[in-house]
Amino acid sequence: MSARPDPGADAAGLGARAVRRGRTARLLAALGLSGRTLVIAVPMLWLLVFFLVPFFVLGRISLAEVMIARPPYSPLWDRAADGTLNIIASLDNYRFLLADALYRNAYLSSIGIAFTSTVFALLIGYPIAYYVARSPEPRRTILLLLVILPFWTSFLLRVYAWIGFLQREGLINSTLMMLGVIDTPLVLMQTTLAVQIGIVYTYLPFMILPLYANLVKLDDQLLEASADLGAGPVTTFLTVTLPLSVPGIIAGCMLVFIPAIGEYVIPALLGGPDTLMIGRVLWDEFFSSRDWPVAASVAIVMLFLVVAPIMWLQSWLDRRGLNQ
Amino acid sequence: MTDTRLAADTRPWRDAQARPFISIRGLSKRFGDFTAVDTVDLDIYRGELFCLLGASGCGKSTLLRMLAGFEKPSEGTVTIDGQDMSSVPPHRRPTNMMFQSYALFPHMTVERNVAYGLLREGMRKADAMERVAEMLKLVKLGHLARRKPDQLSGGQRQRVALARALIKQPKLLLLDEPLGALDKKLREETQFELIRIQETLGVTFIVVTHDQDEAMTLSTRIGVMSEGEIVQIGEPREIYETPATRHVADFIGSVNLIEGRVDVAAGDQMRIDTREAGPVLVSPRAGLSRGQTVWIALRPERIALSRSKPEGTANLHRVTVEDMGYMGYLSSYRIRLPSGRLLRASQSNRLRDEDPISWDEEVWASWQPMACRVLTE
Repeated sequence: MSARPDPGADAAGLGARAVRRGRTARLLAALGLSGRTLVIAVPMLWLLVFFLVPFFVLGRISLAEVMIARPPYSPLWDRAADGTLNIIASLDNYRFLLADALYRNAYLSSIGIAFTSTVFALLIGYPIAYYVARSPEPRRTILLLLVILPFWTSFLLRVYAWIGFLQREGLINSTLMMLGVIDTPLVLMQTTLAVQIGIVYTYLPFMILPLYANLVKLDDQLLEASADLGAGPVTTFLTVTLPLSVPGIIAGCMLVFIPAIGEYVIPALLGGPDTLMIGRVLWDEFFSSRDWPVAASVAIVMLFLVVAPIMWLQSWLDRRGLNQ
Repeated sequence: MTDTRLAADTRPWRDAQARPFISIRGLSKRFGDFTAVDTVDLDIYRGELFCLLGASGCGKSTLLRMLAGFEKPSEGTVTIDGQDMSSVPPHRRPTNMMFQSYALFPHMTVERNVAYGLLREGMRKADAMERVAEMLKLVKLGHLARRKPDQLSGGQRQRVALARALIKQPKLLLLDEPLGALDKKLREETQFELIRIQETLGVTFIVVTHDQDEAMTLSTRIGVMSEGEIVQIGEPREIYETPATRHVADFIGSVNLIEGRVDVAAGDQMRIDTREAGPVLVSPRAGLSRGQTVWIALRPERIALSRSKPEGTANLHRVTVEDMGYMGYLSSYRIRLPSGRLLRASQSNRLRDEDPISWDEEVWASWQPMACRVLTE
């Protein structure tokens, strides 16, 4: 017998494999599926069950009227005595939202707070992400771990901890007074500033991580090429590093801005009575007023307020060819 | 302009009076314990196309990066056009670099990439764009000015990188493996393109390459590097015909090295006693003493093979053809000397020979004394 494999046997083996593959493909074809459909089906199903269906339920509630019932809103249809089907849906809740200055102010103030917080998170997060991304390997991993480390503690605890810093006899006031910078304690707690500090602190890792992921890919040779062509460090940053990190900036800003708009816990713990945020309004409608239809419309309007800028940014990125 | 004048003009390194344009003195670079570049001295003249040739890791790229200012020398100085570069940061140096990866800015169009250097000088945008258009014409890319780098082929990107590096008309252009990423055919075309552009603009080029064919074709002079040192500097012909060491001989082209001892140095010929090829007659070389261990470097193409015994040849052996490779323009052989030593030989296929020398044939191999180069290290 020769040491070389018999070409005949080899061909037979290949044939058998081909038949097996064919069988799976045939089975899928019989079900009207291809492998690709199957792979896409799992996330699609997830989105359908946990996003799209609840969204429609919410949309349906927002079109109903509040009722003392269980569930506390009017049904979508009823059958009249003659058997005709009446669909009961009204946009009254949305009209109410537009008419009442409370909601409009809450939306505007939420967007304002989320916006300033995002800007500060970016200003603080960018240098950190840049420094981590430019660090040599062993140190980089440690720094990255430090960025993620706060996630090991409960979010609630970390926000509570800020009360200790910000309150009248808190760390900031006592330190400043000890140093003689101020003689009466600053009012920090229960202000919009406190809410912004809380949001920036809590969401900073969400800003840093996408920025880091972007900046770590930055090719050193591009920076060298820029220097070689006569650009100083600042010009290089503005003309090369910054434009190339735009996708990271946008991803980071989204991850901070979107949850910050609907933030409930931070304004509830650190904010005062005049810090009006839509998350709190939503909570009040659902649990205090038990007005589910209005609460549902508040949520839907908020969703569109968030989705619209994303859609716009996505198309802007696509137009600029920056989307990877 | 006469021919002799031209020859003298283009070879300033042959003129002892000529002032070098770039002068490197005692330049070293150490990374921790590792010495990447070891006390290099090098003079390069205006308008030269100088190749630094060496295997990967020999320090040639580090040397180039020190010229560009990206690495700080551990010791030594670099002077460009009479100006000491020690404390000059990269963005103030009169050099430009073409990177091996091209390092094109992916977010800018071809036009913006090329204009980058000019705009940093504060040139007006309209003027810059005019210059860019001229430069793109020189590298034959005018029609692609609005494309982004990822919409270009490898060869086109290479030309954008070249245009971008040349637009500021640097005193010195540094090219790191400029043709490394191109396929063989494109590389050969681009070599001559590079020479054409260099001659058109008159910029001094320093090219780093590991490809000896590329170095031979492109350069006015070659500096062969090994383990951080420059082992030999010379014109391509010098490097090939009179390599300084066995390493250089082996790195440039293919070579047979035969170890032996100097026997007699008499008249216009010298005899080297070798174990593997018996006594070999070579052209004499000064500074050798009797009994000294030397190596004979013999290029394969200098060995003649024939079926009939050639007349009046000094070094003649009856050999067996062990192996033969037909490569079209030449045939390459491995022949076995009576001592058992294998030598490489090649014959150019000048004629359409109906009956070429082939496997297992016993033929005559011969070479002239002047074909041998005697090496001492």
